[in-house]
Amino acid sequence: MRIVGAVPVRVLLLLGCASVLAAEPDPLDTLLGQLAQRRHGVASFEQRQFLSVLKQPLDSSGLLLYEAPDHLEQRTIKPRPQSVVVDHGLITMQLGAHVRTLRLADYPQLAPLIESVRATLAGDRAALEGEFMLQFSGPPAQWHLQLVPRDPALAAQVQHVLISGENAAITGVEVLQSGGDRSVMHITPRE
Amino acid sequence: MRPPRLLLPVLWLLLMAAAVLVLVRARYSADLSAFLPRTPSHSQQLLVEQLRDGLASRLVLIGIEGGDARERAAASLALAHTLRASGVFLSVSDGAAQDAERDRDFLFAHRYVLSNAVDAARFSTDGLRAAIVADIGLLSSPAGALAQSLLRSDPTGETLQVLDTLSGEGAPHHEQGVWSSPDGRRALLIAATRASGSDTDAQARALGLIRTSFAASATATAAPLRLLLAGAPLFAVQARATIEREAVRLSLLSGTLIVTLLLLVYRSVGTLLLGMLPVMSGALSGVAVVALGFGVVHGVTLGFGVTLIGESVDYSVYLLLQSRPGISPPGRWGSRLVPPQLWPTMALGVLTSVCGFASLLPSAFPGLAQLGLYSISGLLAAALATRLVLPALLPAQLRVRDLAPFGAAAARALARLRVAPLALGCLALACTGVITAHRHRLWNLDLAALSPVSPQAQALDTQLRSELGAPDPGNLVAVLAPDPERLLERTEQVGRQLDTLVAAGVIAGFDSPARYLPSAATQAARRASLPDAPTLRARLVAATASLPVRPTALTEFVQAVDGARQAPPLERAALDGTSFALALDAMLWQEDGQWRALLPLRASASQAAAGAIDVGRVRTALAGYPPGTVEVLNVRQETDALYGGYLQEAIRLSLLGFAAIVLLLLLALRNLRRVARVIAPLLLAVLCVAAMLLAAGTTLGILHLIGLLLIVAVGSNYALFFDRSAADADRAQLPRTLASLLVANASTVIGFGVLAGSSVPVLHALGSTVAPGTALALLFAALLCPRALLQDAPGTRP
Repeated sequence: MRIVGAVPVRVLLLLGCASVLAAEPDPLDTLLGQLAQRRHGVASFEQRQFLSVLKQPLDSSGLLLYEAPDHLEQRTIKPRPQSVVVDHGLITMQLGAHVRTLRLADYPQLAPLIESVRATLAGDRAALEGEFMLQFSGPPAQWHLQLVPRDPALAAQVQHVLISGENAAITGVEVLQSGGDRSVMHITPRE
Repeated sequence: MRPPRLLLPVLWLLLMAAAVLVLVRARYSADLSAFLPRTPSHSQQLLVEQLRDGLASRLVLIGIEGGDARERAAASLALAHTLRASGVFLSVSDGAAQDAERDRDFLFAHRYVLSNAVDAARFSTDGLRAAIVADIGLLSSPAGALAQSLLRSDPTGETLQVLDTLSGEGAPHHEQGVWSSPDGRRALLIAATRASGSDTDAQARALGLIRTSFAASATATAAPLRLLLAGAPLFAVQARATIEREAVRLSLLSGTLIVTLLLLVYRSVGTLLLGMLPVMSGALSGVAVVALGFGVVHGVTLGFGVTLIGESVDYSVYLLLQSRPGISPPGRWGSRLVPPQLWPTMALGVLTSVCGFASLLPSAFPGLAQLGLYSISGLLAAALATRLVLPALLPAQLRVRDLAPFGAAAARALARLRVAPLALGCLALACTGVITAHRHRLWNLDLAALSPVSPQAQALDTQLRSELGAPDPGNLVAVLAPDPERLLERTEQVGRQLDTLVAAGVIAGFDSPARYLPSAATQAARRASLPDAPTLRARLVAATASLPVRPTALTEFVQAVDGARQAPPLERAALDGTSFALALDAMLWQEDGQWRALLPLRASASQAAAGAIDVGRVRTALAGYPPGTVEVLNVRQETDALYGGYLQEAIRLSLLGFAAIVLLLLLALRNLRRVARVIAPLLLAVLCVAAMLLAAGTTLGILHLIGLLLIVAVGSNYALFFDRSAADADRAQLPRTLASLLVANASTVIGFGVLAGSSVPVLHALGSTVAPGTALALLFAALLCPRALLQDAPGTRP
């Protein structure tokens, strides 16, 4: 009788473990799930870049627009008005009167960086994991997601991309290049 | 003394052996030159070469559907890898990044001679400053990484400039790193076969390789992946397969039916074989004479020739069914009693057909002219074989069924069926009315009407082509010059004029070989506009004085410009290993001591929807070159004009042929009434068939026309036999004559009726014209012969 009774207890214990696991999922999945629910967003940004080709840090500011899942637009207002649109694998740059469209696929050093932001916004973990090793830290109110390139060619140029946020909002993107060049962007959601 | 009985057959055998010898040694051609005029214009020549061997004729468009985007991309990469390794293809592109790497390296290494933006102003202090300011603006964008590398090595952005001019607007979408349709539902690839477009066997092997490679790689996905193929190679292979399959299937079917019919009548395999002697002789002689006359035999001649001399089956039917057992002892050969009117009537029938087909001889198109010569020589040979050889081989006692009672019954039936000539007149009027009502769309001038490729396959082709931005050979500018350098210079001049058309919105864009390989003169001019290293360094210091950029960060740029200044000229060999080599070879080549370039023009999406580019404006813009050096081709217009010319000429010549037939009959019969009696049923049959086809919504093409010619050729025999019987008031022979005509017509209707069931447009057109036409010709000939002839046929009242 006791043996018979022991089996359900074990089963219950196992089920209990499973329900504990289900109750507390991977926090990154939770975050990406929340991000994925956002279909569009508008935010202002301020960026400071420390680049070896420049004599002094370069400041810029403007608006960021996002439409799920793969439309990303950066409208720079300062220092000069300029717009860059990333849509469905094409990057369109308006430089003065000249509009130039490039295929991201033609620029393997460029595509992953843009993809890191797009995939995070879209909550596309598979796309992120494909290009980067992920490290997630911090509480939901102030999280950090560090992305380290898997591709050696890219890793030779980019050390990491660090995305920070508060709950379901991204508040910062920092790119650290291998040569020590660095750019820091602060993002303030508008909607 | 009569010559020995077997002298003629032996002579005949020797002649046939000679014909076989000619046949074996003849040259055969399956290319499009049969449809090219004997003295083609430049543009026609170029067009046919392009259709036959051009890059467009080698491009296979590949789509992969099903599964998810990742699975499709994996299948696309695997397929491209296998196909590249096979060596069967000149190039295989799936849009994957690593493919583009060699291309990028080439563009980057040669950016200063390839970029059309390189000039002195661009490398002045002001020009450099403007470029660097733009790059700085880009630094803070998502494309910042690109801007950094630009600033270091290519601040004026020449690599981007070259990419811009090369990629155009039609670049395919990307999904999971490979090309995809804009809706993301299928992965796309383009493969160019190494074999030329006219090598259908090699194309078939290449397509087979694509299918097996795909099947081998696309395993184990949740939803199965499907392979879609399109492009000119697929069309060529499909068209040939369909025609071969149909030809074998239909000739087996009609052959079986006709042999069964003739066996029922002849009741002996030996007699049946003897009956085939004239056709065989005709076919052999026809090919031999064409080979001797033209030097080369076209595929179309072999394909349709035998159909055209199908009339020669009738000759032996007439002989065997109209002759009677002779008085010689049984077992002796060559002594059948032949009715005296048979040979003159048949001779006139043969001459009538010869007149009809002779009209094709002067055609400017070798295909038509060969068909004319083939038919004439084939019919004459068949008639001579029937007259001179066959009687000598026939035993006196044949087991041929006596069809006199059947003929008599048919005569009785026809006598009851008699229709007032007035009714036939009304029918003729009605048919003329139908034809007149359709006069504006009587003839189908569209070459696509001849294509056996299904509309679904053509629709898929159009769709994949637009999704891929693949070169559609719609409009081309052809440039000619005696050597490559002058060709490239002229091409660049044309390119500058086309640029103004792009700016004016007349065309959306164009491709040019000079973009991949500029002329030596242009390269030298671009090099000359680059400053030397000390000058450039000084200008950079001045340009960046007020900018946040460190001049020292631009060292790599100074070295690159200096290197480009001193580099040897860029030559064709430098393109090897890049995808540009294929593009260049497709657009620039040498032929007959002349160098040729082809610049495909691109229509914008709205133009493509509205019916393409205004070619007239392009022609006006490019006028003023020496004649024969620059030409604008609209492929569709040219092919349609070519075919239209073909058809117009055939119509004109057929009318001449008809006039010749009337003249011949006037000379032979010397009686207007009798000529009318022969011509009227033929004319009526032709009118009826044309009206029937038009009323059914068909527009007439070249094969319909040849079909109408055949109705006259075959039908004239029927009408002449009726006329001869009427003229001789020969009632005794009439049942046998009528029976032979019915059997002959039955075999014609079976043969062509089976063709009418074909899905191949050319076969269907021929069959649906000739089968009803000959039957009607026989009916009308019977209805128009004197009433007394049929009523009093022996056997009517035993």
